This record gives sequence, structure tokens and C-alpha cells, in this order.
Amino acid sequence: MTVEVSSLKELVEQASGDDRSPDTQEYFVNMGPQHPSTHGVLRLVLKLDGERVLRCIPVLGYIHRSIEKISEHMNYMNCVHLTDRMDYLSSIMNNWAVSKAVEEAAGIEVNSRIQYIRTIFAELERIQSHQLWWGVLGMDLGAFTPFLYGIRDREVLNDVMEETVGARLTMNYVLPGGLMADIHPNFVHRVKEFIKYFRPKLDEYDDLLTNNVIIQERLRNVGILSPQTAVQYGATGPVLRGSGVAFDLRKDHPYGVYDQADFEVPVGTIGDSWDRYWVRVEEMRQSLNIVEQLLDNIPPGDFLVKKLNSKIKIPEGRYYSQLETARGVLGVFIASDKKDEPYRLHYRSPNFNNLWCLEPMIKGDYIASLIGAMSSLDLVIPDIDR
Amino acid sequence: MADALLNPLSLTLSVQTSEAFAAPAMSLADRASRALESGVWGAVMYIVIGLVAVLTAVSVLGLVMSYIERKVAGHFQCRLGPMRVGPHGVLQSLADGIKLLFKEGIEPGDGDKVIFIGAPIFSITATILLLAIVPLAPGIQVVDMNVGVVYIAAVSGLGVMGILMGGWSSNNKWSLLGAMRAGAQMISYEVSLTIALLVVVLFSGTLKVSEIIESQQQGWWIWRGHGVAIVAFCLYVIASTAELNRTPFDLPEGESELTGGYHTEYSGLRFSFFFLAEFANLFVFSALAVTFFFGGWLPFHVGNYEGFNSVMDLLPPVISPIFWFGSKCATLIFILMWFRWTFPRLRMDQLMRLEWKVLLPIGFANLILAATVVLSGLYFFPSAT
Repeated sequence: MTVEVSSLKELVEQASGDDRSPDTQEYFVNMGPQHPSTHGVLRLVLKLDGERVLRCIPVLGYIHRSIEKISEHMNYMNCVHLTDRMDYLSSIMNNWAVSKAVEEAAGIEVNSRIQYIRTIFAELERIQSHQLWWGVLGMDLGAFTPFLYGIRDREVLNDVMEETVGARLTMNYVLPGGLMADIHPNFVHRVKEFIKYFRPKLDEYDDLLTNNVIIQERLRNVGILSPQTAVQYGATGPVLRGSGVAFDLRKDHPYGVYDQADFEVPVGTIGDSWDRYWVRVEEMRQSLNIVEQLLDNIPPGDFLVKKLNSKIKIPEGRYYSQLETARGVLGVFIASDKKDEPYRLHYRSPNFNNLWCLEPMIKGDYIASLIGAMSSLDLVIPDIDR
Repeated sequence: MADALLNPLSLTLSVQTSEAFAAPAMSLADRASRALESGVWGAVMYIVIGLVAVLTAVSVLGLVMSYIERKVAGHFQCRLGPMRVGPHGVLQSLADGIKLLFKEGIEPGDGDKVIFIGAPIFSITATILLLAIVPLAPGIQVVDMNVGVVYIAAVSGLGVMGILMGGWSSNNKWSLLGAMRAGAQMISYEVSLTIALLVVVLFSGTLKVSEIIESQQQGWWIWRGHGVAIVAFCLYVIASTAELNRTPFDLPEGESELTGGYHTEYSGLRFSFFFLAEFANLFVFSALAVTFFFGGWLPFHVGNYEGFNSVMDLLPPVISPIFWFGSKCATLIFILMWFRWTFPRLRMDQLMRLEWKVLLPIGFANLILAATVVLSGLYFFPSAT
């Protein structure tokens, strides 16, 4: 296998060169870093033939904040707070990923109340993440209204979570050894109300987008990602499951209390944008089921087994832990040298791998399909760069 | 009368008399053609009045329609829309207009300056020309030429020129993509639009817009022409949505794809010209649909059922055309806005497929069917025309 490495400048020169003939020419276009559909500062260099995309080269680094490097100078309790800023739509799951890694490495046992609350919050956050994605997908495909419908329902859920957590975006709730605060007395009641509110809304979502003929035309057989390619590129989460690979850490390597909940893992068939769309909408239903099952069984106990801001020391060695966020597998790698700060902390973020699936799935298709396919990947750019 | 027309003052006065409403045959346009024969000053006066009227209409329409659009969008999206400037935000579009006036008109450095500046003017000229033929009430129409339908088809194709020029001269690949999309789209859908209008021409047997309305005294074509007219009307609505570049056919702008399409590089007043043209066009195309399919300003009549018709005629003659034309037009505009805030956007190849493989065959078949229907007199109240 050979790997061709060529700079962007070389590519552009190869394409246009000195050709001044009146024939049609292939050309390069920058999509981003400022573009309404890249949802952040992702830059894609597109090689186009008319409206057909011949190449799509992601250029990263526009929102790099060196979270991994900063973490090397922080103790394990503090590292957690930076992870909110990676995939801001699954901040609690990011917190949990680090906490889980640290707990496993340092041998901290947390009680089952903490695990229950973590699992419930993770699922609630998965729902709100998918709500936003659903609205944004509509907007990317030209329908503005779904965005506000998605946001409307997300606000309801955010209010519920805010009561306990105190924040709406960077939730900062899970810590190594427990939680920041106990759940609010109203929490269980309000989550039940939300479930009652949101189930009919999911049918409304179906009316507005899922059953719309234009949406079907735009998504079906567009951006096909074969299971082999998906696995090769390391895609995870709904992107991988949309391609028909039933891999979900919640099912395959249960953590938290997922083993006590009865739920299904929706899986696509051919791996087109439609499958990824359908998988996510179905995941919202499944998450509602999980929350519903766990909500009444939260056992009593403490919400924090360690002292807040205590210095956790991890024995020398390398540790890896992973869990399923709303976008796929978030892996946390810790290299420890017996101090209370990590020697190296690396995140295997799901969006980074999912992003590279864009080119194989979109080659030779139209720009409009690229937008639809990119939206179906549900990228969060700060998670790619970190 | 000819002497009177030599005096411009008498012309302006006579417009305001009830004579204009009573006798549609003596419309403004007729007066104009007489004025042309009888004197230069009458004609000049007429042109000035007409231009001022249409220009005022364009700017007022731009203000009103953008406010309505935002309110409608707001309520579709579970929010309120503009609420801050004036009661219920009625002055919002005025405030936006003033803001646009003060914005810097940026020109791309390597762009084609002449074409760049000319494009928005071209775009709005097409709208003004089109607005001139819209009959608002009996006799209230700037030009009423005998080949009105041909004029409509010709002038509505002019708007695409402004968009093409704007996209080309911006020196921006995204703009160019948007302009090329617009060119392909508007030229394609123009065919369906004209074919849909031809059905009504067959029914009414005239190309003159005012006569098309007069031919609907016994009932609007949308129901007198039963199936054929309804198919034609559906074709017209789809094609005019595409002509207007509105969702689901807003590919030339394609905000999420092309960041604004042909008007990406425009700012300030030049952008607002495109904007005004778009909103005025929304009114024009709805008004034309009302004229061709819903009897213009005419009330709802059913053939010779005098009792029913007289109930419909209850409104006084001055209010009646305003009410009927206004309500029909508003309904259509609302439906077009409903489309915009519900549907996602089509892809370019799907758009072309829809036109050339679906709408056009249906349109031609419908036209042939319409000819058969008209020849055999199979529509309601054929003796009326």
C-alpha cells in the first residue's frame, strides 16, 4: 500500500496549471472555515467539476485549543472540566469518560446510585444532542423550521437538566469518584413529564421531516458508506451502526447500569445518509426507554465517594477506557508516572474518525449531497481539533 | 375628450372619477394610447404617473411583504417574529431598510464593476416591468397591451439576467455556482409557467389581461375549467415558486450550500434591490395567478344564478375589487410562504428531472386536453364567452 502525500498548493497547481483553454476545468473551492453548513470552523477543500465533488480534503486546526497538552499540567479532577469543551453536546458523557478511566486506573469504586444517575444523564444528553442534530439536518437541507422545533424541545430538556446541574451546555457534572451534586428533588418527576411530552413530539418530527418526500430523495442512496470502509476508517456511533455494523459499547461492553436496562440498538442496512438519519431518530426513542426504566430504581446513597478536589494518584502505567457518546466511541488514554497529573492524556474522539468517512462516501456526488451527508455524520468541530 | 387629454391635469383628474370604475373599456391604458396619439404631454404625464406608482408599489411591497414573511415564519416556527420596533414590530422592515441605506456598498476587487452594479438594477427593472401589467382593479393597470401574456412570458425571463450578471461579476465561485443554478432553473421552469398560462388563454380566447378577467364574469377558470384548469394551476404554482427562487426551489441562494449564492458579495442598497425584487415578484406572481385562474378582482359568480351572484355583488363597487383581489392574493401569498417554511430544498438534478421529465410532459398533455375541452365546449357555461 502506498500513501501519497501532497500539499494543498501542489494539488491546486496540478489541477489548474497554465490551462487557459475555454473548455470546462476542474477547480478548487474552499468550503469553510466560515460556512453555514460546516457548523463551526471546519474547512473542506473541494475539487469540483461543475457541481460534482471530485475530492474533499478536510483541513483541521482552526479550533485547536490543546486540551490534551493543558491536561498534562492539571490533576485528574481538573482535567474533567476541559472535556466539556470538546464535544459540547455530550459534555456529561465526556466527563464520564475521563472519570471512568481514572476510576478504573486508580481503583475507585463508585456506588450504584452514582452509576444510575450518570446513566440517566448520559441518555438525556444523548436525546438533547440528537434533537439539535435533527433540527440542524433540516436546516442543512434547506428547511429552516425543523431547527426551531428541535431547539424548542431541547429547551424543555435543558431546563430539566439545568435544575440539577446548574448549566445548560458545559454541564460539568460527573467527576472521578462521583458527581458534582445530588439530583434535584424535582428531577425524577420532571423527567417523567418530559418523557410524556416528548414521545408525541417524535411523531411530529416524523411528520415534518422523516416522511417528507424531498428529505427521502435527498438522503436515500446518498453518501453510501460500506461497512468495510466504516470499520477501516474507525467510524463509530450512529455512523457505524448506520452502515449495518451493530457495535454499541452500551450493549457490547456495558458500563454504568446499561446492563440493567432493556433496549435495542438500531442498525441501518446499506449505510446511506438515510440510514444514519433513521438510526439517530430511533436512538432517541430507545434512550427514552432506557431513562424510563432506570428512573424509578435510583437507589439511595452518596453522590460522591471521594472528597471533592482530592488529589488522585494513579499507579505507573498506561490505561485506556472508552464509552459511547452521542457520536460514537470516546476513548481516553492515560499514561501515568505515579503523579497526580497525567504524563500524557489522549482522547480518541469519535468525530475525528467520522469526519474522514466523508470523502469515500461523497466522491463523485453533488455539493448538495455533500451537505446532506456531512449533516448525517453529525460532526462537532471542537471535538475534532480538541 | 381628445382636447381634454392634451391637458395633463385633466387626465389626472379623470382617473379619480368613478368613470374609470364604471367603464373598464376606458381603462388607464386606453387613455394612454389615446394620449400618445393626441399629444406628447399627456403621454409623458402618463408615463411619469405610471412609473411613480409602480416604483412606490415595489418599495411598499418590499416593506410589507418582508414584514409578513417574517411574521408568518415566526408563527410557523413557534416564535413571534419581529416584536420590538413599533407595535408587533410593524416598523421592523422600515428600520431594516434604513440600516441597509447606510451600509457600505462593497465591490469585489477583481469583479466586473459595471456588470456588478448593473445586476441589481436589471433585476428590479424586470420586476417593475412585470408589475406594470398586473391589473389591480377595473382600469387600475399601467399597461394593458393586446399581447399581455406574451409580454409576461418575455419579461419574467428578464429577471434571470440580473441574477446571472450578479453571480458572474462577483468573482466568487460560490456566487457563480448560484447564478448558473439560477439560469438553468429559471429558464427551465419558465416553459412550464407559460404552458400553464396558455391553458387559460385557450379558455378565454384572448391574450389581453383585462379581457381574460372579463371572460371570467360567469365564474373563475379554476372551477369552470375543472380538471384541466386545476392541473394548470398546480403547474403554475410549482413553476412560479421555482421562478421566485423560493423553497423548495431556492437553489440559487442555497444558503446552507452556497452561503447566499448569487448575492453573496452584495451589501447595502444593492443587496436590498435583489431583496425588493424578490418580494415584489412574490406579489406579482400571486397577482397573476389570481388574474388568470381566480378572476382577478371579480367576485365569486356561478353562471346565470342571479340570486347567488347578487349576494356576491353586495359589496359596494369601490370596496369589492379591493376585497376580492386582496383576499385572493393574500391567500396565495400565504400558501407560497407556507411552502417556504415547511419544505426542504431539492437537489439540482432532482430539480431538473422534476421539470423536464414530470412537469413538462404533464403540461403539454394538459394543454392538448385543454384545447379539446375548449373545442368541444366541455367546460362550465361555455356560452358565456
